[in-house]
Amino acid sequence: MASRDDILGAVRRAQPPATAHPGVAGLGNRFPDLPAKFAEMVAVVGGTCLRVPDLAAADRALRELPVHREAKRIASMVPGVGAATFDPVAVADPHELAGMDLCVLAAELGVAENGAVWLDVRKLPHQALFVIPEHVAVVVQASTLVHDMHQAYAAISHAPGFALFLSGPSKTADIEQALVIGAHGARSCTVLLVGA
Amino acid sequence: MGHAESAALFVRDDARAHWHDQALWFVRQKRDAGARSVPDWEALRERAEAIKAHTQSRLAEYLEEFERNATRMGAVVHWAKDGEEHNRIVHGLLQARGAKLLVKSKSMLTEECRLNPYLEARGIEVVDTDLGERIVQLNHQPPSHIVMPAIHMKREEIGVLFHGTIGTQAGLTDPKALTEAARQHLRQKFLGATAGMTGVNFAIAETGGIVVVTNEGNADMGTSLPPIHIASMGIEKVIPRAEDLGVFLRLLARSATGQPVSSYTSHFHGPRKGSELHVVVVDNGRSALLREAGFRRALACIRCGACLNTCPVYRRSGGYSYTWLIPGPIGSTLAPGRDAVAHASLPFASSLCGSCTDVCPVRIDLHHQLLAWRGEIVARGLLPAGKRWGMRLASWLLRFTWLYALAGKAARLALRVLPPAWTRALSGAWGRQRELPVVPPESFRETYRRTRGQP
Ligand code: SF4
Repeated sequence: MASRDDILGAVRRAQPPATAHPGVAGLGNRFPDLPAKFAEMVAVVGGTCLRVPDLAAADRALRELPVHREAKRIASMVPGVGAATFDPVAVADPHELAGMDLCVLAAELGVAENGAVWLDVRKLPHQALFVIPEHVAVVVQASTLVHDMHQAYAAISHAPGFALFLSGPSKTADIEQALVIGAHGARSCTVLLVGA
Repeated sequence: MGHAESAALFVRDDARAHWHDQALWFVRQKRDAGARSVPDWEALRERAEAIKAHTQSRLAEYLEEFERNATRMGAVVHWAKDGEEHNRIVHGLLQARGAKLLVKSKSMLTEECRLNPYLEARGIEVVDTDLGERIVQLNHQPPSHIVMPAIHMKREEIGVLFHGTIGTQAGLTDPKALTEAARQHLRQKFLGATAGMTGVNFAIAETGGIVVVTNEGNADMGTSLPPIHIASMGIEKVIPRAEDLGVFLRLLARSATGQPVSSYTSHFHGPRKGSELHVVVVDNGRSALLREAGFRRALACIRCGACLNTCPVYRRSGGYSYTWLIPGPIGSTLAPGRDAVAHASLPFASSLCGSCTDVCPVRIDLHHQLLAWRGEIVARGLLPAGKRWGMRLASWLLRFTWLYALAGKAARLALRVLPPAWTRALSGAWGRQRELPVVPPESFRETYRRTRGQP
């Protein structure tokens, strides 16, 4: 604890005179067609956005995709969407999730300006479920779309646990700036936008 | 060796220097497109600057608030005065749990503390999991850029490196195939890891959470499997509220790569169920920098790399020509604060064009700081002798009109009558890569006097 007090003491002595926090009001972006902008940005960040009227249609659309048709191990966290082959709740050790092909996840909201979705991982049986599968599909209700990150942060709360903004598939450009999809996480990210 | 000498080695390979320049310029252009896509870009920058200034003015309070809330969320907060203490804490945590394989995502702080060699000397395998970081780790090099650690390497070189280290077939140069090989190689490391480590992009005082940003998902792979997650952060990473993230995240990825946001923006509030989260808060010279009214703004840096990508000197001299592990304008302002003797050449590794200041998402006055550091370096007598005498000479020259006029005459005469090879040699570094000018028949003063009378 000696270091703690030393550091805080040194910081306190070094602090400049107080200035006000400017707040975050008055910033942001507005789009005339929210679902269209969101779908556009999902594509920009390397994902695929399918607009469907309801969950049944989301299920049908997903099953037609190669990421579902060719998948052997599928988990679905969204009842009625995707043909689950196993229930991750029954998996004790997250290491056993390695090699799973597809996980279907539900997002709390979607952000139009950057194609990101907010995933509340506290609700999942394993934290790894959004990153370890070869592919992910995310169900977003159109009614949850917000314009920008300011609106997004106004809408989410921070209870103990893990949550994230996921924007498209895992990617890297570390070799000569060439964009490669599928670095460590999902190789594809299909966003099913429901009700728009 | 100072920056100029190392840079001379880099530019000796002309084709590579151009290639490096172009690669970085490409990223700079992507940043421009990203910035233009946001109508309130300048307002965002001003807000980010003001939030950081406010945070600095109450930093101790916010650190305490963060500690309180992080603890409430179930994390354990540690404090380290310097790199040595940081390394000791991390090693202690790993040793107590018998962890032998640590997977680590990008953290310039752990580079600064020299954590890897410390742990390796104590029998712990450390695997950097960001693809670029893994490449330079396998190549036994530090990162040459803070966002793109292997930007200095060509695909052919990476192919040879992977062939020799992770056993890819010889002659592989396709980035896709090389990335796939690294994915398989690192998957095994993730699955075998007994501890995970990350840096921290933002620590939220209000909620006690930490935010880690990656494109690859390596921080998430590294923290969702092993039983312990250690996160290292400098004291300057704390921000007051979660809503402040709206400002910083709209700026960060656009400034770094032009993306509207990174692929994974992970919010850790306490540990995963059945696991531990430890946050190590590190000072290591930061509180001393906070004391410096003229230089403390550099602590606002969110490590986007934009000032490197835009810098005409960085682009043409490469990350390894700098004497500090953070290269480019931000590194050159931070380094002399740590050790002005060792890094005396860095504030001069700039054309002072101001492009860094223009692109910086938190509006750090980088080129002003570099200029101010030059003054400090001169005042402390740390200028190399050649430059010191040159400056003294120039100061005399500019003080006496007659001397200045005489020197001008002499120079014009010399340029006219001496062989070009001689005048070029006399002009020093300036003439090395430039044609010397054609001499005008008379000086500006002479022209003025002839046409307008007495000056
Ligand atoms: S100084 Fe500014 S531009 Fe440079 S890395 Fe830091 S935040 Fe980015």
